Amino acid sequence: MLAQDTFFTAPDIEWWHLSPILALVGGALFLLLVGALTPRWPRGLYGIVTIVTAATAGVFAVLQWSDIDDNGPATIVDGALAFDHLTLFLTITICVAVALVALLTIDELAIAGKDAPEMYAMFLVAATGGVVMSSANDMIVLFLGLETLSLALYVLAASYRTPESQEAGIKYFVLGGFASAVFLYGIALVYGGTQSTNISEIAASFTTTVSLDGDSPLVLAGLALLLVGLAFKVAAVPFHVWSPDVYQGAPNQVTAFMASVGKAAAFAAMLRVLLVALPFQRDDWRPVIWVLAVLSLVIGSLLAAVQSDVKRMLAYSSVSHAGFILVGVEAAGHAGPNDGTASVVAYLLFYSVLTIGSFAVVAVVAHSNGGDTSLTAFNGLARRRPAITLALTVFLLAQAGVPFTTGFVAKFGVIQAAVDVNSYAIGIIAMLSAVIAAFMYLRIMVSAWLTVEETEVAKEQAPISTVLAIGIAAIFTVVVGIYPEWVLDTAESVAVFAR
Amino acid sequence: MLLAAVEPTATWYLVLAALVFAIGSVGLMVRRNPLVMFMCIELMLNAVNLTFVALATRFGNIDGQTAVFFVMVVAAAEVVVGLGIIISVLRRRPGATADDLAELKG
Repeated sequence: MLAQDTFFTAPDIEWWHLSPILALVGGALFLLLVGALTPRWPRGLYGIVTIVTAATAGVFAVLQWSDIDDNGPATIVDGALAFDHLTLFLTITICVAVALVALLTIDELAIAGKDAPEMYAMFLVAATGGVVMSSANDMIVLFLGLETLSLALYVLAASYRTPESQEAGIKYFVLGGFASAVFLYGIALVYGGTQSTNISEIAASFTTTVSLDGDSPLVLAGLALLLVGLAFKVAAVPFHVWSPDVYQGAPNQVTAFMASVGKAAAFAAMLRVLLVALPFQRDDWRPVIWVLAVLSLVIGSLLAAVQSDVKRMLAYSSVSHAGFILVGVEAAGHAGPNDGTASVVAYLLFYSVLTIGSFAVVAVVAHSNGGDTSLTAFNGLARRRPAITLALTVFLLAQAGVPFTTGFVAKFGVIQAAVDVNSYAIGIIAMLSAVIAAFMYLRIMVSAWLTVEETEVAKEQAPISTVLAIGIAAIFTVVVGIYPEWVLDTAESVAVFAR
Repeated sequence: MLLAAVEPTATWYLVLAALVFAIGSVGLMVRRNPLVMFMCIELMLNAVNLTFVALATRFGNIDGQTAVFFVMVVAAAEVVVGLGIIISVLRRRPGATADDLAELKG
């Protein structure tokens, strides 16, 4: 009897489906180990290894796309991970973001005189955490992915020895640790209500038992705590207070990384928790998402408009973007098939590229001003660097949602998804807040194009790989903004989750 | 005599864990020393561990107990990162409290 109880069958490991995660981990270990054992590599080589790693992981994900078309989504590694189009789409998004941020980092570190493999390794570790979050099919695996991402981000935020960077790191760490603990308590309470931490089993426990006196209070309390933790990670109002300080204090390339990979992974986790694990509670969580979305949209745009530091403006703008994405999540929370999930993942891809491009321009301006990112540092930028100012204009117009850019396609997608499920009020609020936010983007553009500096200001340096990152992001924004069909068609299929 | 007959059930531990969690979260909000705030986060994580174990005992399944091991690993990793960041701040500004770290605002 005892022998039978302790009998253990090892689960099948689908190595090929795990290959994007393995590539990212392998790249991080390679950089740390070989980087520590060898003398300093030539300038930029650490970054190139990072880009190659991210590209490899991304290609692995692309190659597996048709597997799901043929065989359908599945859970792998004994139900611990989900293998579906949502996983792959977000893996590709994260890999694109890592590659772009690595391009930016090459110059950032060279100018700061800190060329070393650690920051790249942390980027890859954080990206691994993000991919695990987007593919988790078990709450504990989700939590591990979240912590892998968060711990790497705390270190990255505090990675410079400046007082601002250190302050950003400690603020992010204390508040992030608090949010993680709340999230974990939510997992424990949901476990108390459903007797499982596996996402498939959690969802199945509601289909097999019909509760006549409403949902278990443990599950509802757990859901509330999970929502607090997730809202913190996506920086939705009223859980956004950390984001302006951390975005402003962290090094520019780290801010770009947090705004792209951090946000994409957090929203992936939100989709997994709300739509795959707790779809039967959708009438309980949808109003909460509605309130979070409206608060983020309105307060994010209002506070962005009154800032005087461009990094802070972009931080509040990312809060308002989180509000837009929550509009898509709210739409996905309505019963029946709809475009909510597809609009959310498309938004995440477009926004990631946009925000990295924006922060790359901020980095270029900051270099020549001794790290100053205030609005006045952008005065007369067009006279000194017309091409980069043009790219900045593209990013800002796209973030404001002007047609023929990806930002318009993204915003149109979430609002259309909301209107399709008759959430007219939230759609109207989203459009109105886009107008408020446009004022803030116009302020930056006016400063760059129309304001003339009385004193002669030195021309900004434009290092090659940063310019490359800005160029790629700008071309993507315009070209995909004009021909968005292929991305939208690809995003269509993400709503079929592995269960 | 009557008290001796009362057996603690899983519910007792769940209530205790909830209290410890509340102490941790209130402590994080009212204390100003970064190290004490960090201890409060650890308190919260361990309250969750107690919840997991109590529930696993009630259900007689192993999910909750395995979760505790992962949480302990995460808590240990958090100590490494957290103490590193806190020490690097305190080295620059000895005796700094959370209120002193206010260069970033607006």
